[in-house]
Amino acid sequence: MADILDLTVLEAHNAKMAGEFSSQEHADAWFEAASSDELNAYLWQNDRGAEAAAIEVEQDWNAPIAVKDIFCTEGVPTTAASRILEGYRPPYTATAVRQLIEAGLPILGKTNMDEFAMGSSNENSAYGPVLNPWDRERVPGGSSGGSAAVVAGGLAPWAIGTDTGGSIRQPAAFCGIVGLKPTYGAISRYGMIAFASSLDQCGPLTRTVSDAALLLAMLQGRDPLDSTSVGIEGGVSLPDREDLSGLRFGVPAELARDAVDAGVREVFEATLRKIEELGGEITEVSLPNAEHGISAYYVIAPAEASSNLARYDGVRYGMRDGGDGDLIEMYETTRSEGFGAEVKRRIMLGTYALSSGYYDAYYGQAQKVRTRIAQDFSGAFADVDFVVTPTAPSVAFKLGEKTADPLAMYLNDFFTVPMSLAGIPAISIPAGLAEPEGGGPQMPVGFQIAAPAFAEQRLLDAAYALEQGIGFDARPGDANG
Amino acid sequence: MIEREQVLHVAKLARLRLSEDEVETMVGELSGILEHVDRIGNLDLEGVEPTSHVVALENVLRADDAPWQSLPREVALASAPEPSEGAFRVPSPQAE
Repeated sequence: MADILDLTVLEAHNAKMAGEFSSQEHADAWFEAASSDELNAYLWQNDRGAEAAAIEVEQDWNAPIAVKDIFCTEGVPTTAASRILEGYRPPYTATAVRQLIEAGLPILGKTNMDEFAMGSSNENSAYGPVLNPWDRERVPGGSSGGSAAVVAGGLAPWAIGTDTGGSIRQPAAFCGIVGLKPTYGAISRYGMIAFASSLDQCGPLTRTVSDAALLLAMLQGRDPLDSTSVGIEGGVSLPDREDLSGLRFGVPAELARDAVDAGVREVFEATLRKIEELGGEITEVSLPNAEHGISAYYVIAPAEASSNLARYDGVRYGMRDGGDGDLIEMYETTRSEGFGAEVKRRIMLGTYALSSGYYDAYYGQAQKVRTRIAQDFSGAFADVDFVVTPTAPSVAFKLGEKTADPLAMYLNDFFTVPMSLAGIPAISIPAGLAEPEGGGPQMPVGFQIAAPAFAEQRLLDAAYALEQGIGFDARPGDANG
Repeated sequence: MIEREQVLHVAKLARLRLSEDEVETMVGELSGILEHVDRIGNLDLEGVEPTSHVVALENVLRADDAPWQSLPREVALASAPEPSEGAFRVPSPQAE
């Protein structure tokens, strides 16, 4: 069965159509693979195994899928990797997950993540960190670290995650896979546990750009249960572009100045040359406000989080502690025992930014910066088709390396946050390997491509052509052999 | 940058009870983060419209009928720490 696991979802589909194996055999192989998780990547696994995987109809693309534990799934433990939701089994299913189930995709399990999606390393999970399959001493990125690790580590053919400031793209880059953050509004957020509602967006983590397109096609759409969802007009189809002729790629002058590790820069420069080889044109664009992205993001996201997380109060669901005292005491004890350090930090930051006397100086100002950043991108897209950057300034860092310094951790989101603030789609594709600063085995480097709102098809087409041109085929375990 | 008293005040607003160690850590960490964030405080953004939502949307209205069923009461109560007589039971709001 080992060869089944080597196939992408699209390849497996073609093999099934050619009669090489059945959907049942395909699903069984993946359920067996998932059960040998040594990365702490799954928080819950579908132990009904073969029964759950039973597929009666040979439906298209019905490969089993791993789901980030932030999506409510009826009757299945859903914790957002927080103690405060330990044992919670939601009475309803998120629209995104429901669409996958209706398309015939068996759910392999729920993946580990940073608590309430707050983090860039997966070290903020109440259930322990996920290990990077390329080097188990390193983080898989976050917050969708479990979803990235299962795809890279051969524990799932594909997965979904959520991206608020880079939480799909950065772990995809750290794990050497493809991660797509769609336009805000492309996919329903109904049933997705809210972190920062004006930024949160669901998206695919896959081995290839084609698989990302297949998954996006299933996920996108307007949902009456999420009034901010609009879907992607015209839908999404498999990318088939072979070159990049006639396309202009903008490299932000400002972003290039900032500290990027030498190895990452080398892979980035080589990818720019590959774009030119494929007929694309590289030009410089200006995003003068992007450097303020982190500041604006770390006001807006915590402010919205502090409001969204007010609901965890020990009354309607989740844990309760301190029920012997009065009501306020119960709230405080429950929240103090239930939330981890990073979640408390962000609730504090957000509550402070929204508190009387500070609102205009922080939240109001950050929302204006957000406008400026969106305008920067609009201006850039008048001249170019895409904006490209490294996905992260470094390769995956070591476990514990940044936990003592929250600001250093936040700065890791430097390249991904501006697109989130502007609401535009961006994809990270693996572009090569680089040695980490400080030495160690070579680790994957991600290349980020951003496009105007709802231009997912053009984005996928270009990413596909570039993916074929790069021909990245390293897998964990064989990179340094 | 941010004083101990402010940390305690914000914690109270957020319904968090912080240990002495957590207060100490929070003062240092929040100050560091706010120092970085304060860079946007100096930008001249007079007249710039704030963005609260990135996608241009018209408000969505529907007919005034219930298009879907709400959860049955027992299902909504099933996850509660202390359901009682068809409601969510909580400790008394009045301090003893």
